Amino acid sequence: MRPWPVSYVLAAPVAILAVLPLLVLLDLGVGADTLWDPHWLDVLGQSLALAGLTVVGSLFLGVPLAVMTAYVRLPLRGLWLPLLAAPLAMPSYIGAFTFYAAFGPGGEIEQLTGIPTPELRGLTGAAVVMSLYTFPFVLLTTRASLRGLDASVLDAARTLGLSLPQALWRAVLPRVRRGIAAGALLAALYTLSDFGTPAIMGVDTFTRVIFVEYNAFGLSQAAMLSLHLLVIVGLILFLESRFGTEQERPGRTLVVTPGTLSGAGMMGLAVLVFALAVGLPLALFGIWIARDGLAGFDPMTAVNSAWAAALAALGAVLLALPVAYAALAGPAGRVMDRLTYFGFGVPGIVMGTALVHLGLRVPVLYQTLFLLVLAYMLRFLPLAVGAVRSTAERVDDNMTHAARLLGASRWEAFRRVSLPLTLRGVVAGGALVFLEAMRELPATLMLRPTGFDTLATELWRVYEAGYFGRAGVPGLLLVVISGVALVLMVSGERGLKAGLAENKG
Amino acid sequence: MLDVRNLSLAYGQTPVLADLSFSLGADEILMLVGPTGCGKTTVLRTLAGLVRPDAGEIVLGDQRITPKRDVPPEKRRVGMVFQDFALFPHLSVIDNVAFRLSDRGPAHEWLERLGLTALADAMPERLSGGQKQRVALARALAHKPQLMLLDEPLSNLDAALKDTLRWDIRTALKEAGVPALWVTHDQEEALSVGDRLGVLNNGRLEQLDTPEQCFSQPTSRFAAQFLGEAAFVRGHRDGPVVATPLGSATAITQGASGEKVDLMVRPDDLTVVPSRDGNGVVEWRRYEGETRLYAIRVCDGEALRVRTNHELDLAVGAPVHLRISSEHPLAAFTPEPAA
Repeated sequence: MRPWPVSYVLAAPVAILAVLPLLVLLDLGVGADTLWDPHWLDVLGQSLALAGLTVVGSLFLGVPLAVMTAYVRLPLRGLWLPLLAAPLAMPSYIGAFTFYAAFGPGGEIEQLTGIPTPELRGLTGAAVVMSLYTFPFVLLTTRASLRGLDASVLDAARTLGLSLPQALWRAVLPRVRRGIAAGALLAALYTLSDFGTPAIMGVDTFTRVIFVEYNAFGLSQAAMLSLHLLVIVGLILFLESRFGTEQERPGRTLVVTPGTLSGAGMMGLAVLVFALAVGLPLALFGIWIARDGLAGFDPMTAVNSAWAAALAALGAVLLALPVAYAALAGPAGRVMDRLTYFGFGVPGIVMGTALVHLGLRVPVLYQTLFLLVLAYMLRFLPLAVGAVRSTAERVDDNMTHAARLLGASRWEAFRRVSLPLTLRGVVAGGALVFLEAMRELPATLMLRPTGFDTLATELWRVYEAGYFGRAGVPGLLLVVISGVALVLMVSGERGLKAGLAENKG
Repeated sequence: MLDVRNLSLAYGQTPVLADLSFSLGADEILMLVGPTGCGKTTVLRTLAGLVRPDAGEIVLGDQRITPKRDVPPEKRRVGMVFQDFALFPHLSVIDNVAFRLSDRGPAHEWLERLGLTALADAMPERLSGGQKQRVALARALAHKPQLMLLDEPLSNLDAALKDTLRWDIRTALKEAGVPALWVTHDQEEALSVGDRLGVLNNGRLEQLDTPEQCFSQPTSRFAAQFLGEAAFVRGHRDGPVVATPLGSATAITQGASGEKVDLMVRPDDLTVVPSRDGNGVVEWRRYEGETRLYAIRVCDGEALRVRTNHELDLAVGAPVHLRISSEHPLAAFTPEPAA
């Protein structure tokens, strides 16, 4: 029996830490008086209704736009995909906040233009907002599947007498069913986990009710609801893992050159979607800054956000390193790697509930920044692990062997060969965690020490107080941070390689 | 310098190294050949300390290594050249070569000897395959190893490069005065570069001898066939002479005690001449430039290959006479049961 690799020894505790929230919730759930409250049936109904409507909306937007970005030759070719993927990088609560403020009698749009707009709140409002921010899931998975298809099948359908739209409907879309389904499930998952949008729009979904229970000191109820939500999330994740993507023999990819009118129509739709999801928040935040100035903004909120996020990024990267190496070392390591992905499936509000309870059980931790940073770390650890692992995979075994044979100890080989080669992944992973943690809302609301406000909680405070003008600066900063995150994600793999080459040359 | 005794290793039920013993002199180059999966790379990895054997003993300089008393790779002072070069992509050529040297003198020296001085500051990804392998060699040698291990160092390179690089590597190893174990699957490389040659099959050394001996006096049919084209002709032994339908030849028998033997003939041990009442016909022919290779079907037996001067031009189907013309003794084996 060989001894365990060093990476296993270090990764095992991280894996255990990653599933800690579940253990805490189970511990809390055991003490609950009620396993199921009839009132929760309503909560389940609202959650599923919102998820269902969002899926419909995201399919409605995502599938046509996927066809467009996959096949249609438009001017400004490189622009459309990043433009349409951008909403994914924005936290949906920003959208909910601006839609809440913009529409309806006395809303910003009416104030500015005098045109009355219908109120956009409740289930409809939440579904519209969620659709606008989750359709890129459908867009990306569907587009990936579409790009893998051979165009000759469509050509065959057309020679058999179908028009182009008919042929797309009957000979192309059925072949990417699984890609579409995978995107739809991701949209549903995101919707069920999201706290900000239903909370702002006033829909009693699991996440909102958990927060209400928490504020009413019903922590065991919150835990029970959290467990129920986790079961549903787990179910969706299971379904998602069942959907592989279609594998067809690759061939020529279809290219469609549209007429002037239909081309303009498609570009118009894309611009409209972008304008609603990204343009509207930007415009409103800009208007508020112009109107109210910077006076109401407390720079400490930005400093707090950055400080907590930086600690989380550092911690996540340190935890991610052994996990990434363990994942490459063998099957047991891959299990540990999988376990750290648990945090990704845990909605922020659930993570918050679990750690609040942990704080009550272990009073040293209660109301400490450490607990908040831990929540960030556990939630976003998979981002760091993924980034580190993707670069670590490129470190060939023979390279570390060569270093050892030249006389370097295990540690020196790691420090001088593996680590420098993995550094870009470490930096990228750290940056992703940092940017995500900067924008985190629900766990921050529950875990921040008293008086510790971040950009996200500031936005929440402004919403509760109803004084929207104060949202300008924090809102704008959050959008900018999201933009940076998007650039980082899009350039991800490609940028890493280019950067490495540049560094070498 | 290197003494390997009874080295054994099995993965589960599959033996990888079976009771392997050999030793290497002060600056001797031992070539290890064998088919894929015969365990030749495992031998190197075991000597390097990257794989731990189940049993046996390695004496390396003043170190005595056994499975119980392991020495980690970094303490063995063993240089290794990998098939995929394994250069550190984030370090320049000179930083690669001087990886653990406090005095960079030897690094520059080896770069110069291998014609790499101009590339000292280049990054590995800008080098050609041949240059990469020279850097890898310089890196290993600059760290003053007491044993060099080369794992198919030329297999990722163009055929045109192989010939010169193989001699450059040999010269460098001899200059460094380091014993080396060089694994290859290329028989030409195996025969031409090393001082001795080991034929490995299923983790067992079939033969360990000079290249000449291994080629002309293989101790097994496997060794005979692995190192070059070999055919076997049934004959009768009478003292040192074996009589066959293709003529007689002196033979050295390899464990054959009976009267019936199989005589090993290579394409250059035979001579063919056109003849109306000969013993065979030309089945196919292949022009090789300086030489021609013919397959001659003798009576009803198997087709034998014979290599001739390129000037002998025989048509397919032409009647010929084939005979053994070797000046040196041939190897004779116990006949295998007829297939």
